[in-house]
Amino acid sequence: MITILTGFVSELRQVGIPVSMVEAIDAAGAIEHVPLADREALRHSLAACLVKNAHHLEAFDAAFDVFFSRQPPVDDSSGEPAPASEGDGGGTGAGEVDLEPIIAGLVGALSAPDYAALQAIARQVVGLLAGIQPGRPVGGRYYLYRVLSRLGAEALPARLMAAHEEPEGLERTLLADEYRARIESFESMVRDEIRRRLVADRGREAVARTTRQLLIEDVDLAHAPRADIARMERVIQPLARKLAARLAHRRRHLRKGRLDIRKTVRRSLSTGGLLADPQFKAPRVAKPDIVLLCDISGSVATFAHFTMQLMYAMSSQFSRVRAFAFIDGVDEVTGFFAPGVDFHDSIGRISREASVVHFDGHSDYGNVLGQLVERHGQAITPRTSVIITGDGRNNYRPANGDLLAGIAATARAVYWLNPEPARFWDTGDSVMREYAPSCTGLFEVRTLRQLEAFVEELAMAAATHTTAVKV
Amino acid sequence: MSEFTSPGEVADALKRVNYLPDERISQVVFLAERLDKPVLVEGPAGVGKTELAKALAEIHGRRLIRLQCYEGLDESKALYEWNYRKQLLRLQADEGADWSTVEDDIFGESFLLERPLLEALRSPEPVVLLIDEVDRVEIETEALLLEVLADFQASIPELGTVRAVSRPLVVLTSNNTRDLSDALKRRCLFLHIGYPEVDREREILLTRVPELPQQLAEQIAGVVRHIRAQPLRKSPSVSESIDWARTLLALGIEEVNEGVTTDTLHVLLKYQADIDKVAADLLGPR
Ligand SMILES: Nc1ncnc2c1ncn2[C@@H]1O[C@H](COP(=O)(O)OP(=O)(O)O)[C@@H](O)[C@H]1O
Ligand SMILES: [Mg+2]
Repeated sequence: MITILTGFVSELRQVGIPVSMVEAIDAAGAIEHVPLADREALRHSLAACLVKNAHHLEAFDAAFDVFFSRQPPVDDSSGEPAPASEGDGGGTGAGEVDLEPIIAGLVGALSAPDYAALQAIARQVVGLLAGIQPGRPVGGRYYLYRVLSRLGAEALPARLMAAHEEPEGLERTLLADEYRARIESFESMVRDEIRRRLVADRGREAVARTTRQLLIEDVDLAHAPRADIARMERVIQPLARKLAARLAHRRRHLRKGRLDIRKTVRRSLSTGGLLADPQFKAPRVAKPDIVLLCDISGSVATFAHFTMQLMYAMSSQFSRVRAFAFIDGVDEVTGFFAPGVDFHDSIGRISREASVVHFDGHSDYGNVLGQLVERHGQAITPRTSVIITGDGRNNYRPANGDLLAGIAATARAVYWLNPEPARFWDTGDSVMREYAPSCTGLFEVRTLRQLEAFVEELAMAAATHTTAVKV
Repeated sequence: MSEFTSPGEVADALKRVNYLPDERISQVVFLAERLDKPVLVEGPAGVGKTELAKALAEIHGRRLIRLQCYEGLDESKALYEWNYRKQLLRLQADEGADWSTVEDDIFGESFLLERPLLEALRSPEPVVLLIDEVDRVEIETEALLLEVLADFQASIPELGTVRAVSRPLVVLTSNNTRDLSDALKRRCLFLHIGYPEVDREREILLTRVPELPQQLAEQIAGVVRHIRAQPLRKSPSVSESIDWARTLLALGIEEVNEGVTTDTLHVLLKYQADIDKVAADLLGPR
């Protein structure tokens, strides 16, 4: 058991879940209080010891399912054909099986609902329909798809509803929800059974590698599916608060400042020269002004959105945050991205209310810089940190690097966050090389984790930059 | 301390005091008692985090000591404070007395204001210590809590080190408005409580609103599940579904339909935008 646990912990670390030594030891201690046959008890106990962030639970579960995969049932032969040896996926046998009685049984078990029966059916259909071939490196998702499509799973809701006499309105909605939930639990039983067989065939580590779940902070912002975006929205606020708390803490420590010898001595005159009351210099912590300049075209829009959200959520750390969005024209959007505003709402509002398209709706950084200087030039002062987000793909238009150089000459700093992998910069129509010399820093920012690191660095740099008040 | 020999027993005991746990909750509580570790309970508002601590106190027959956290909570409100007014009065009364005797005296027991942490440490009988909504405190106070939880002791300069007389069972809750420090999280077992499954929600409703008909409870749980599946600014929590059940009862409603639901959505949802969205969804597709 301890060897499995060791492998499991290192798998979690692989995934990116930070498991400390102490926590691993807690987990080993926890195992002693769990009956080994009780898989769910084990799951909850290990999760309590090893995962301290709710957003990591899904990835934990995925790994747990593999490492502590169900033992084969006592009667493993139920309806299972001999492993197929022919080369076309082993599914040929299924063609001859009459599936209708099985499907009828499934419908019956779903409408009861009879979860033990569902479990048995899941085992049976995986044996019959998945066509798992030993040693073939195919992911579990493929087998799941295969089983469900051969079962005609998409017809199940209609079949279940047909048993009721024309339910209407709300009643119908609630009934449909209920059946959907039951079908989902059946699907997860099927998934479980497939996984069990794969693990038996290939071993835990190999299967774990193929089923690994990305943590939300490591999902590629540019290609995140909608469901992931919703999850990211939920983490951004706590993340911002954590960062802000850390910065406030840091600042409070700085505020103590260095010993002010002159003042202390002067004060000591009143106590007859006794240095009784040390005086400290009060450092002034300069909060920077932020100007965000975000490309919101196509695939970089999501990234722009999260950058703006995080900066807004942290706006107490800055003296001011202004945001500009652009495609081939630029417009101010400060105020569109308040915390809690729905992503699609804010993007929609920008395309309705802000004029970010000047000519043809393809990014034109050169034109945008020109417009920014011309119309909003006063936004940039020596206290301003300019943060540009975008892929620097300019559709083969003039980059006008000299305009950014001009901005950089005025601003305190210019940072460029690029959501493309750095190795793609300067390929094709990317003009990063024209802008790089004007930038204080260039960062590849593809994930929330990288974004957090950048914002922390930015704000910390500001917090540490202090000037003692002269006495 | 452990009186329970299985998570099942924990679950039964909790149910007897009207708290309906799921498997995860009773398992983690059982483990926390076995390993003698604090539990950090995290989840959205209104899912029964605070209630869990209260229920634990009740099933163990222990006193509940609650430290309600807020921004600005500090040592003097969390751990102890000297009663300055009383000290001052004493000093005035004793004018001219020898300083060292006065000092011993005014930093004595009768001038000490015990706050929840100290109270829990010094309680002769074991207590349940609830540190509620810990995500609201500043990092400094979090560090203080960590110190106390690490060794179950606190040092008070004038009194020396105070060690726990009996080990409290510690529950911390968080709404996760801020990520807590890794050090604090490492100390604790982590228990995430989300919205309950329909069956458990129905049971919670029936327990908390005993007059509620079975059928209505089932519908309420179903509607709330349906609403939670939509992307909203603030999903309805258990506390809101309980409020809704009470409202429906008070209105004499025996069956939920679209009309009743849309008319009473403001009980379930806080934001007008959410109300509009849900109403459109319920009344929309025909
Ligand atoms: N599992 C449960 N069993 C019984 N009642 C519950 C349960 N979960 C929540 N409740 C009810 O919901 C209300 C809100 O719970 P509370 O503990 O105050 O929420 P939280 O502390 O998570 O914000 C409680 O008053 C309680 O009546
Ligand atoms: Mg609470």
